[in-house]
Amino acid sequence: MDSSVDIKEFVVENFLFGDGDKLEDNTDFFEKSIIDSTGILELVCFVEETYNLTISDEEIVQQNFSSVNNVSSFIEKKQLETSAQ
Amino acid sequence: MCGISGILNLKTPQTIEITQLKEMISVLDHRGPDEVGAYRDNWAGLVHSRLSIIGIEGGVQPIHNEDKSLWIIFNGEIFNYPELKENLVKHGHQFYTATDTEVIIHLYEEKGIDFLKELNGQFSFAIWDSRKKEMILARDRVGIRPLHYTVSNNQLFFASEIKSIFTQKGINRSINQSTLDQIFSYWTPLPGETIFEGIKEIPPGSYLKISAGKISLNKYWSYPYYSEDEQLDSSLSNITEDIKSLLYDSIKLRLRADVPVGAYLSGGLDSSIITSVVNESFDNHLNTFGIRFEDRDFDEGAYQKEMVDKLKTNHYEIVAKNDEIGFNFPDVLWHIEKPVLRTAPVPLYLLSGLVHENGLKVVLTGEGADEIFGGYNIFREAKAREFWSRNSNSEIRPLLLGKLYPYILNDPKLRPMLKSFFGVGIDNPDFPYFSHQIRWQNTRKLTNFLSKDYVNGTEQNFYDRFNYFLPENFNDRDSLSKSQYLEITSFLSNYLLSSQGDRVAMAHSVEIRFPYLDHRLIDFMAKIPSKYKIFGMNEKFLLKKAYRDVVPKNIVNRSKHPYRAPIKQSLLDERNSNNFEKYCSTEAIKNAGIFDEIKTEKLFKKLSKFENSNEWDNMALTGIFSTQVIYNKFIETSHFKNNSNLEFDLLIDRRN
Repeated sequence: MDSSVDIKEFVVENFLFGDGDKLEDNTDFFEKSIIDSTGILELVCFVEETYNLTISDEEIVQQNFSSVNNVSSFIEKKQLETSAQ
Repeated sequence: MCGISGILNLKTPQTIEITQLKEMISVLDHRGPDEVGAYRDNWAGLVHSRLSIIGIEGGVQPIHNEDKSLWIIFNGEIFNYPELKENLVKHGHQFYTATDTEVIIHLYEEKGIDFLKELNGQFSFAIWDSRKKEMILARDRVGIRPLHYTVSNNQLFFASEIKSIFTQKGINRSINQSTLDQIFSYWTPLPGETIFEGIKEIPPGSYLKISAGKISLNKYWSYPYYSEDEQLDSSLSNITEDIKSLLYDSIKLRLRADVPVGAYLSGGLDSSIITSVVNESFDNHLNTFGIRFEDRDFDEGAYQKEMVDKLKTNHYEIVAKNDEIGFNFPDVLWHIEKPVLRTAPVPLYLLSGLVHENGLKVVLTGEGADEIFGGYNIFREAKAREFWSRNSNSEIRPLLLGKLYPYILNDPKLRPMLKSFFGVGIDNPDFPYFSHQIRWQNTRKLTNFLSKDYVNGTEQNFYDRFNYFLPENFNDRDSLSKSQYLEITSFLSNYLLSSQGDRVAMAHSVEIRFPYLDHRLIDFMAKIPSKYKIFGMNEKFLLKKAYRDVVPKNIVNRSKHPYRAPIKQSLLDERNSNNFEKYCSTEAIKNAGIFDEIKTEKLFKKLSKFENSNEWDNMALTGIFSTQVIYNKFIETSHFKNNSNLEFDLLIDRRN
């Protein structure tokens, strides 16, 4: 299932207060100051509770959480890992 | 809105004197200054003081059914009474008043005790079935209106407020040590308990049935829970539409009154939503009332002004000055009848005074939204701690707490505290009290101030007492649902709706109504997955989303500002030194015997000496001060001021 819709909705509602016109799937959250360093943990928390994943400290890095597309592919990768176990 | 009291003989008829009923009701005249009525027969005495809001003419109570076998005294409102009445009339019931009270008596006649489930309201009442010699004492679902009882010398005494019971001879008046221990843990007595030995409260959603001398306590409603499979699988926009339509209807019902209805306006999200909806759909000449604080840390005036400017309401405000809060604290405790750990009830007492001065009897208020929609910091804190607990060795995860407490994260000296303070129990997120354990363990430091005699009344494992109140499926619930349940069970009825609600409003004959606590809305929100209630760390997300276009952006997006009032600055203000001496001098502390006088003196000195004081010392000060006042006003005093000469507007005497 494509997670990008959920991720986008979360970011728009939570960090842009419903105003998502300018958010593209590849917009960089940090470059555009959409999400700060505590915000990334909120996003991690949301991803864990929505997709039932556990994310390690090493995985909580900018490249995994910097855009809707990146978060979505990270989730996909984690889900593949989990199902392979 | 009213006050009710009564006496029931449990074994054999004993004369219930008219003077007894007068004594009992005269101390409740603030609850119902408009009319007084009473009933007695060989077994029961009922007495009622009325604040007329619905069916103003001819609504004096007690009220009876067609054949006068059933009698009722009632405190509160049944908001859906016109719909219920219509149906009863179709079934042949005849009404002699235009009140909601009369609807109850016929509905009970028609359906038996199950009728409670059909009521949408805030109430406590006594129904006396003179034929069966059976009495029902009942309270609304969430416990908005109070009702207490005790048994003494084969008689049951009941009343809206405990002081009414205390007017009677032979009633024991002493502090219940176990309850004091509860307040110094959970901030409030547990459901059903009071600070006085032997005096019980009917818990929310419950009724007492007294028949043939036997007393049974029964529950007819509990805070609902739906498992993941039973929850709604609906889009966010459908959910917010449903919330809007339920809240709209709840407000509509709560505007039903034969007198004008106003609203409290704090500047927060919850009251701003209610005020906006009323203004837009029902009444564009609304009277609103707000509290300002002298102390800027507590003041929300700028947000109140923004709402008033937008809606053009007739706004009234009081400024709660520090010394005034301290000065009124003892009087407020007379009304709230239990020790408290905050002074926040006082400004609300002053506010209801302002409402009364301006001729209003009814106001809507925003309480309950935090419980139902997930607004409290303790919920977010639990969520962040649970996030951390998934990898308790993580260095990064604890930093999510910085979302709640940025000052800790930004201060290099405080930052190490983040892990030690919030890390308590982090390895055991399945512990039923995971969300509340930090608060409760810290509050328990207050028991250190108890005297030796009282320490013996405390319990080492204070969690055990709460186990009784946990529902069977509690461990299956997600962490927010657990936390909501604990908060609702401990704090909502016994503090928020009582010490900051009914008692301080009724002190000035003002009825408050709570649109967020309509049971249909509570039930709907229980079906919503927790992750939407606090979306990420965004509290009350659904409420914000639903009303984003109605309430100004500044108010929707402002960070949560808990309603608090100054403590040390108020209670230790020099202008209140007489009060402080009266209740908290070494001699007063010694006389009461509840607290250790050496430790309390050290606390008072520490608080006076240093400009800044920590939260726990402030709570200890409030806890000690308020317990001393309660002791002085309810136990030490030799008799209760009452007026046995008052005149009844109605007296039904049916003794043989």
